[in-house]
Amino acid sequence: MERVPILKIGDILLVSIQVDMSDQTAVQLQEDLAERIVDTGCHGVIIDITALDIVDSFVGRMLSTIASISKVLDAETVVVGMRPAVAITLVELGLSLNGIRTALNVERGMELIAAAHADELDYQLDDDPDAETATP
Amino acid sequence: MALSTEESGRLAALLSGQADRVTSRWTEIVTSSLRGRLSQAELRRQVQDLHSAIVATSEQGDIDLSADNAAELRAALADLSRGRARQGFSATETTVSIFALKDVLAELVQEAGGANALNDYVAFAKLVDEMGLFTFESFVRTRESLIADQAEQLLELSTPVVKLWEGVVAVPLVGTLDSARAQVVMERLLQTLVDTSSPYAIIDITGVPAVDTQVAQHILKTVVAARLMGADCIISGIRPQIAQTIVALGIEFGDIATKASLADALRHVLRLSGVETARRQPRRGA
Repeated sequence: MERVPILKIGDILLVSIQVDMSDQTAVQLQEDLAERIVDTGCHGVIIDITALDIVDSFVGRMLSTIASISKVLDAETVVVGMRPAVAITLVELGLSLNGIRTALNVERGMELIAAAHADELDYQLDDDPDAETATP
Repeated sequence: MALSTEESGRLAALLSGQADRVTSRWTEIVTSSLRGRLSQAELRRQVQDLHSAIVATSEQGDIDLSADNAAELRAALADLSRGRARQGFSATETTVSIFALKDVLAELVQEAGGANALNDYVAFAKLVDEMGLFTFESFVRTRESLIADQAEQLLELSTPVVKLWEGVVAVPLVGTLDSARAQVVMERLLQTLVDTSSPYAIIDITGVPAVDTQVAQHILKTVVAARLMGADCIISGIRPQIAQTIVALGIEFGDIATKASLADALRHVLRLSGVETARRQPRRGA
């Protein structure tokens, strides 16, 4: 069975799908990814689908599931590198990738995750001083 | 319809016997019908080509314009009509060049006389008619392919994707948006987004004369596809009447940003991408 590799880059896990997804491969990828997120404590997952010629409802559902799993584990999922033809087909079929953020390429995806994560950090840092000043 | 072997033999004899006279008379008639829009020399060359093609075909025995042995004649006729179609002649002017042969043949047959003169002439005239029809058809075919080519060129020309800013591209739509054009625009825009890795796209519809549900559907599809790829689309250039039409038709743009002008859209995008635009203080005094 083919396995999809998961690469760690800084605070981000990069999954580049380059094989045709089967049920087994998808389940294996979900398990592997969940484990890696917990092991590494990463806050972002980038799924690169540049190599995919076809994105059908099966792949769409798999992406949604992965996004949901990552969300539970406090990691942001961004799908990157969707081809124009794939996007047009999805629109024509009326399929939408609900709850999934997208970016044009890996670089933009990393920026997106960094921005989202920075917002969260700011929020946490802002919280504490406010709490102190509020109770003098 | 086809000429029998004896008839075509007599035709060949008639045409090749006085080749010079036939071509010069033929050229003369054609020249008067075209009113000097083609030079005498060029016409003479065309007529000579046709003449030799007819003679060559008729020497092979019976003539049938749809048969294999008339391929050379068909090619000569198609060549003539293609040339005329590209030079902007009308269908009548093109076909008359072929029908002129009838007049020439009438004169020749009359001179030659003989018992079969009338029968021969009728048969020859039928052949000329067939040639005329064939010419007419290839003329129309050439014209149609010309129109198709032009439509395609128009499609290519009228949908540029321009870069407005670092990471911002715009498509100024001009003209009516039908399905074919919408498809081209969509593909072009999405490909440009990938190529330039621009996260923002502005679709400017200032040049679109009318927005109906179909056009709106095309634009919406493009926006949704761009979103799927991770880029944001803004629609700009909505004229007052168009805004009224959109509301009257009940078209919902949902959470897609719409702006009145391209400038507003660009400002919106720049603010989103965090670019600061500052007005420079005018210099005082001096």
